[in-house]
Amino acid sequence: MTEQMTGAQSLIRSLEHVGVDTVFGIPGGAILPAYDPLYDSAKVRHILMRHEQGAGHAAEGYAYATGRPGVCMATSGPGATNLVTPLADAHMDSVPMVAITGQVASPMIGTDAFQEADICGITMPITKHNFLVRDAREIPKTIAEAFHIASTGRPGPVLVDISKDALQSMADFRWPERIDLPGYRPVTKPHGKQVREAARMIAEAKRPVFYVGGGVLRAGASAELRVLAELTGVPVVTTLMARGVFPDGHPLFVGMPGMHGDVSAVGALQKADLIVALGARFDDRVTGRLDSFAPDAKIVHADIDPAEISKNRHADVPIVGDCREVLADLVVAVRADQEKGREGDYGAWWKQLNRLRTTYPKGFDEPDDGHLSPQGVIQRLGRIAGPEATYVAGVGQHQMWAAQFIDYERPGAFVNSGGLGTMGFSVPAALGAKVGDPDRVVWSIDGDGCFQMTNQELATCAVEGIPIKVAVVNNGNLGMVRQWQTLYYDRRYSNTDLQTAPKDEKVRVPDFVRLAEAYGCVGLRCERPEDIDATIEKAMAINDVPVVVDFSVSHDAMVWPMVGPGISNDNIQYARDMAPDWEHED
Amino acid sequence: MSRHTLSVLVENTPGILARASALFSRRGFNIDSLSVSTTEYPGLSRMTIVVNCDLHPLEQVTKQLNKLVNVVKIVEMDTPASVQRELLLVKVRADANSRTHVLQTAELFRASVVDVSPDIVVIEATGDPGKLDALVKNLEPFGIRELVKSGVVAMGRGPRSITDRSLRAVDRSA
Repeated sequence: MTEQMTGAQSLIRSLEHVGVDTVFGIPGGAILPAYDPLYDSAKVRHILMRHEQGAGHAAEGYAYATGRPGVCMATSGPGATNLVTPLADAHMDSVPMVAITGQVASPMIGTDAFQEADICGITMPITKHNFLVRDAREIPKTIAEAFHIASTGRPGPVLVDISKDALQSMADFRWPERIDLPGYRPVTKPHGKQVREAARMIAEAKRPVFYVGGGVLRAGASAELRVLAELTGVPVVTTLMARGVFPDGHPLFVGMPGMHGDVSAVGALQKADLIVALGARFDDRVTGRLDSFAPDAKIVHADIDPAEISKNRHADVPIVGDCREVLADLVVAVRADQEKGREGDYGAWWKQLNRLRTTYPKGFDEPDDGHLSPQGVIQRLGRIAGPEATYVAGVGQHQMWAAQFIDYERPGAFVNSGGLGTMGFSVPAALGAKVGDPDRVVWSIDGDGCFQMTNQELATCAVEGIPIKVAVVNNGNLGMVRQWQTLYYDRRYSNTDLQTAPKDEKVRVPDFVRLAEAYGCVGLRCERPEDIDATIEKAMAINDVPVVVDFSVSHDAMVWPMVGPGISNDNIQYARDMAPDWEHED
Repeated sequence: MSRHTLSVLVENTPGILARASALFSRRGFNIDSLSVSTTEYPGLSRMTIVVNCDLHPLEQVTKQLNKLVNVVKIVEMDTPASVQRELLLVKVRADANSRTHVLQTAELFRASVVDVSPDIVVIEATGDPGKLDALVKNLEPFGIRELVKSGVVAMGRGPRSITDRSLRAVDRSA
């Protein structure tokens, strides 16, 4: 099939070919040719954002909600550099995403032309791959490759930078018959021998644990994980990136590990004699001090990215493969072992873990300063909105409380920025998640600091009819930074007071309720514990416009448990100055 | 720390050199030498990278290199199983008094003189890095004015070729 058209037309035709239905973006000089045929496309909806960073995070939220690559578009120079943060975010959290940027005309490249930036050079270390296209004929092939790379293997962001003259010149549209990338062949099928060895170790272990990471979410392997867990009876911990991949309500679930993880989950990893890591990467926020992490554990490490295996912790049994295939093969191998009578006995282990679960449950104290407890607000929100809603957090204290105090029962129910820790992620990512899955209730759970970084996208939500709900957990401070100042900087609160909550008769700057109203949203405020449920229910009842709820919460609330920076998981504090008793015998 | 030679087959695309070398610099590795050239396949280039580093970080950076979409294959060339050569050009002071000694030294290393001026000769030599180091050491007393090396190129010994396997796809695209 060949047909003469401009590069811009072939770009839009290519996007239609790969099944793109939504593009988040902002036009500008160099990308302008692409916006003309986009205007006519009946298949691709363009959502006009208010900042390119918002476009990038919206593409991420869309990818979380649909499992397909999110697409964002920006012009050259500052448009492209504003995508740097979301690209880095997507790279760290393996989010499939394709960013399309305009570039100055090819004769101008390298001349410091107006709005020129070497975006391929800038994003080289924070994209899975990127392309610079200077020839209209290359556009269809490049788009096909970009989507293939973004969505296969370990997913990630791919940037396609297209020069303005390539968009404007005429060429035959030729869709590639097949993808031909000799250097790109992700291994998805695990090695049978390694899988059988892993099964044998699971049967022989006394204290095994499944350490489940975001790779299981990306692989869509929740069902397989559940079968394996129930078949073996091995306890399961889910990382920040994997919340909901295994249901919180399941009896085999022992919590979230990490710096602010459950004592039971941190203990399960720390005391294990076998850790089966599935699509997880032994991140420093999970392991704490690496040289004292899980000292007695043998490691089975399954990941689609061979570079993750033995990167931080040596793997005794490395398995390269897609988590869904790994888990399916493990189920077969474990069943075969069990038929021969080889089966683990984890009775004593469960007794130990159950003691940790009952002795150190999640909890919090009500503040005595007359403000709401942030944990309580988030817990009620989770109960009222329920497990079918999608919760999108920003970064900081509210993110940790959202990970801790909402029960996630389905994969994809929790969306957040884990690896990069990008403040400002929540509102635009919630926008993208709502566009990708419009029938779900989408709650952005944001802090007052994060919210002020990207809340201009409320305008996008209002204008484009994307009725997200935003809970601003407003303590008037950069809460997590303030917590560290309390704990490690002698309560010297340097530059953490944002004045978004009234203090000493000062006014709120800004007033989030009035801000919401200015953006065409409904603004609600909640200051008394007895109003929490009614306020959330009121927000739940509004489905035609976005809603922002300003919850005035205590600024002294802290996230517990906590493994302090640079210390061993063994020294986790359940609450301030309170260490758990690991060795207690009943 | 030990010395490692990597042969990296890459698709001949713009930016591949930057992509590959960035992986080393990001981790604070100093590249001892790096050379790039065309190969028997029109679409493929071959990089030879020599680094001094510990084994574990090298393994990690090799895995990261393998993740680059345009990297087709990586082979570590260990010294006994490979031929490793480098080209040296060195400009040495050689006046009436020292000229005979300089020329004799060059001859001992089977190096050749490729340019002559009244008090200066330019010597060309090829060999493994050890031989070239020895030559330079012996020329130093005469006075070295300028020195440049090509970087190591390496090839595995025996009948097998680095492009033997996994290159049918490249053949098509080239």
